[in-house]
Amino acid sequence: MRTDLLLRIGVKLVLPFILLFALYVQFHGELGPGGGFQAGVITAGMIILYALIFGVREAKRIAPQGLVEHLIPLGVLIYAGTGIAGLLTGVNYLDYSRLGHDSQHGHEYGIFAVEVGVLVTVSSTMTAIFYAFVERGR
Amino acid sequence: MEALINMVLLTLLAVVTVGIVRQRNMFGVIVLAGIYSFLMASVLIVLDAVDVAMTEASVGAGVSTAFLLAALHHTKSLEQRPHHAPVLPLIVSLGVGGALVWGTIGLSPFGTPDAIIHKHVAPYFLANSLKDTLVPNVVTSTLADYRGYDTLGETTVIFTAGIGVMLLLRGAARRRKARAGDDLPAKGEAV
Repeated sequence: MRTDLLLRIGVKLVLPFILLFALYVQFHGELGPGGGFQAGVITAGMIILYALIFGVREAKRIAPQGLVEHLIPLGVLIYAGTGIAGLLTGVNYLDYSRLGHDSQHGHEYGIFAVEVGVLVTVSSTMTAIFYAFVERGR
Repeated sequence: MEALINMVLLTLLAVVTVGIVRQRNMFGVIVLAGIYSFLMASVLIVLDAVDVAMTEASVGAGVSTAFLLAALHHTKSLEQRPHHAPVLPLIVSLGVGGALVWGTIGLSPFGTPDAIIHKHVAPYFLANSLKDTLVPNVVTSTLADYRGYDTLGETTVIFTAGIGVMLLLRGAARRRKARAGDDLPAKGEAV
């Protein structure tokens, strides 16, 4: 694998653009196609591609396994916590009306927070499953 | 023009499906499944379902291909021939397929705007998404706001699935290691 110069250079060139595209899909999801789920899968795909070319040990340096496994429940907590925040402001669970200075902006912020939760859970779950498969092979 | 593109894509889908059924080499099956997902994503783009197409391309063709290849690493790459003639599976799949086709007869024609499903809450979402949430993409506002409970459930499903797969893979590895550890002293005692 060390001799695949073309693959290594090519992947190194492409990786930042994959990450940029994932961020675009995440933060542009309100305007165009995409959202947390797609951005999460693209992010995980970037880490998996890195692991395939440079080895899992290198991949675990940029996305440590312990961190990835802790991020899985964190995403769900962000999502559920946004719902709780709605409760604390005196409206229904997952109602974002009072999260901003008016109802419209509250909904905008709520959708943003929820999408971040989805991104965190999806990207870390996909990466953790890949790590688990690779670990099994040893 | 759209009909032509649809015909080409659906024909290619059928060809790839026959290829998957006939292929015995698992590596070939995984590559064909990736091609199938990309073709399906193209079909979804023709249907103007860009969000779903993006998911299909990234999950179906990207990540699941990587997962299947990782799983293939742990198993044999050549499918065994079945021991008996597959008559019963053939009858079951023909029966289920027939039932599904029979079920579509009751549906309203493809693409009709006055189907029942388009008359319930969808018009409200389409009309009020921008006013309620400042989000122009109705898919995003529906998923994350109007139907927030469903998406919370989906996120929990992904969470549960990830934990489950990790427990299965890790647990099996740990049991194997424990068994190997048990074997060694036992042999030592026998000697």
